[in-house]
Amino acid sequence: MLAALLIVFREVIEAGLIVGIVLAATKGVSGRGRWVRYGIITGIAGAAVVAAFAGQLASLFNGSGQEFFNAGILMLAVGMLTWHNVWMAGHGREIARHMKSVGTAVSTGERSLAALAVVVGVAVLREGSEVVLFLYGIASQGGTSNAAMLAGGALGLLAGAGMSALMYYGLLAIPPGKLFSATSGLITLLAAGMAAQAILFVQQAGYFEVLTRTLWNTSWLLSQDSIAGRLLHTLVGYSDQPNGAQLLVYLVTITIIVGLMRWERGRRRRAKAIPVPA
Amino acid sequence: MSFGRLSIIPAALLITLAGCGNESPAIPVTLKDHRFMPAEIHVPANQPVLLSLANEDAAAEEFDSTSLKVEKVVPGHDKGNVRIRPLAPGRYPFMGEYHAETAQGVVIAE
Repeated sequence: MLAALLIVFREVIEAGLIVGIVLAATKGVSGRGRWVRYGIITGIAGAAVVAAFAGQLASLFNGSGQEFFNAGILMLAVGMLTWHNVWMAGHGREIARHMKSVGTAVSTGERSLAALAVVVGVAVLREGSEVVLFLYGIASQGGTSNAAMLAGGALGLLAGAGMSALMYYGLLAIPPGKLFSATSGLITLLAAGMAAQAILFVQQAGYFEVLTRTLWNTSWLLSQDSIAGRLLHTLVGYSDQPNGAQLLVYLVTITIIVGLMRWERGRRRRAKAIPVPA
Repeated sequence: MSFGRLSIIPAALLITLAGCGNESPAIPVTLKDHRFMPAEIHVPANQPVLLSLANEDAAAEEFDSTSLKVEKVVPGHDKGNVRIRPLAPGRYPFMGEYHAETAQGVVIAE
């Protein structure tokens, strides 16, 4: 039972943390609960489908279907996170001000919510399909320990949900004026980590096999396989033995997102400055 | 520009990409009763290698290795290719994540 709990928990940590961050990043935007729910439900349904067709998926593209699928949905999430951050660069201050003065949610930002719902859906789908395959494997084996293993799985899921709550309330401890800068920063690193992981899947499929040398090894300090290492891997893309391509993609992603956010902020400032003729 | 001419570009790209995936013949690895056979896999260093993993168990397994940078799910009674990048000489442990008590192995690059 403990083994099942640990495995399921390990798989749902990522999705749990992402849901927590998304909820905090959309604090004060009305309808966010609904969108996050859509994301989770679609993700679970998608996970079941992916698990059911795992064999067929894997056999696509010369046996590299699974790798391309993983890289593809990770990049989709990176795109959506980038989009949200750029949108937030233009609207964050407005929403924070509104939250402080009126205390109610603003009704703008439906599109940004849709983008983040996709991110939640992708996270749940990726981790969920592995949970489904694992639990299905247990259930199909038969035996008396099944009930205990499934109970362990359920507890693991609960622990993952607890992780969401912890992340969410932890972030809400940040004062409202600074909350969105914090979540934007967190989302930038989250996206960079995902992009770096996507490039690993591309390399695993046998493409873009450049800069594959491991740059350094910090597994003596913090192993990526430990729970803390896994948390950091999800949150900021921590890798204990990164290769050159991973680092390059990580840095390029951060540069692009920060650049786009600056550009959007500047654009809005200019747009505001123009309609005040003397 | 016609579609026919436009389609040359992705076709050329595909051919170029396909040319990148050159490697020596696949090394067979079997998973049975949640154990890898062989559990110790010797590969040449500094060149890409392909492991052909046959899962003879009913349950799915995830071939997982942080040091090899591989995560690959292989469904029950199915096969999966695990592509390994050029490795510096050394030991690279891997495991079957769903049954890590028994499903352990190591790739030795030399």
